[in-house]
Amino acid sequence: MMTNKTVLHAKHLASGAKMVDFHGWEMPINYGSQIEEHHAVRQNAGMFDVSHMTIVDVQGTDAKAFLRRLVINDVAKLTVAGKALYTGMLNEEGGVIDDLIIYFFSDTNYRLVVNSATREKDLAWMTKQAAGFDLTITERPEFGMIAVQGPQAKAKVAKLLTPAQIVAVEGMKPFFGVQVGDLFIATTGYTGEDGYEIIVPDSAAEDFWQKLIDAGVAPCGLGARDTLRLEAGMNLYGLDMDETVSPLAANMAWTISWEPTDRAFIGRDVLTAQKAAGEQPKLVGLVLTEKGVLRTGQKVLTDLGDGALFEGIITSGTFSPTLGHSVALARVPRSVKVGDIVEVEMRKKLVKVQVTKPSFVRNGKKVF
Amino acid sequence: MSNIPSELKYATSHEWVRNEGDGTVTVGITDHAQDLLGDMVFVELPDVGDEVSTGDDVCVAESVKAASDIYAPVSGEVIEVNEDLEDSPELVNSDAFGDGWLFKLKLDDASELENLLDAQGYKNSIDED
Repeated sequence: MMTNKTVLHAKHLASGAKMVDFHGWEMPINYGSQIEEHHAVRQNAGMFDVSHMTIVDVQGTDAKAFLRRLVINDVAKLTVAGKALYTGMLNEEGGVIDDLIIYFFSDTNYRLVVNSATREKDLAWMTKQAAGFDLTITERPEFGMIAVQGPQAKAKVAKLLTPAQIVAVEGMKPFFGVQVGDLFIATTGYTGEDGYEIIVPDSAAEDFWQKLIDAGVAPCGLGARDTLRLEAGMNLYGLDMDETVSPLAANMAWTISWEPTDRAFIGRDVLTAQKAAGEQPKLVGLVLTEKGVLRTGQKVLTDLGDGALFEGIITSGTFSPTLGHSVALARVPRSVKVGDIVEVEMRKKLVKVQVTKPSFVRNGKKVF
Repeated sequence: MSNIPSELKYATSHEWVRNEGDGTVTVGITDHAQDLLGDMVFVELPDVGDEVSTGDDVCVAESVKAASDIYAPVSGEVIEVNEDLEDSPELVNSDAFGDGWLFKLKLDDASELENLLDAQGYKNSIDED
């Protein structure tokens, strides 16, 4: 298989990045220490090359009607230009094909950002579902994307912006995006910190990245991106959910719009039945304050009473650099409650861990 | 590339051994190994007084990325462990051949050292990986 490189590949090598294969893309895992990169984002400002992510524009008379059927959240809720929402795209069986962000510009013009690892199946699914709708689905590979995150991120980015861009982003609320000049600047992210995700033309990407370095923004790799998103309790597609998992079992119920009841989104019947049955497992947080690191795939044993044990599973686990101990996301029976103590099988030993809400750090602070 | 000091001996499982010349050795993991593991977050060390045999898993080095067993490169009694790693596991990353040492052994049989690789042998073994 051919390895893809982003427009910033040479910049990563110049910064001493250790490169790894990430679903067919050669991406930086770190530039020395992923823990230092993690702290840069929590305490100052860091940036990630996310140019591998897939940008898809959906435009045309039926764009709104199509998206109201395609995803579980309702794009009809988007009425202010630039407003975005996070949601999932399901198959007919109610499993998550992908999670994505949708930006609204008008009822005939939307921008979707989907995962790179799922690019081909996402595009194939959207194209198939678009049959009979009057619209175009256009991938936009000619852009790079840079996520600048951290308490100082916005101030550092501001030094690079034109006066018009500064005015446009001034006071912009979370989950908005705006195109001004060369840049599409959005108040979104995957770290639990303040900051922007910026879409920049390929031709300007290297220069923009360098100016951010010169402004004191630390380049950060996929390693730090994973510990940051996990501390923030944000799902990673392929680990915390996939096509076999219901959004109800992946802490994505909040991204489902049940009203209006006559909106026939794909997977609605299955989700309605699952919700009525109340038997779907749920995604919770786990906290281990002793030594050791919770890892993806470890078994979680929960006592259901009468000596009966149920096995849950850790979907994502890591060491939390901000907290100094391990945290994880785990899928467990719905009867498990926040505050419960459950056991995890770690390296042939059973270790007690505490159940929390699936969110650990926001804006640099512990939140459980 | 990783540096491989010529005065040390090595195991293919990425431990280094320094002969202290008094019947004891110091053991750590190589710069190549720490580079593969990434940022270290916990190091679980053996207890002083433990008797270990060549090939026993005696330590766990836990990095952000993975937990990795560390094997006794030779047989002997654990006479000292690097307690600084309790609070500063990152020493294994920053100074794998120095301040990031793991434990010291009193050798059962000094001739076991001859079974270990020299720097060139270790370099060849990682080039094959």
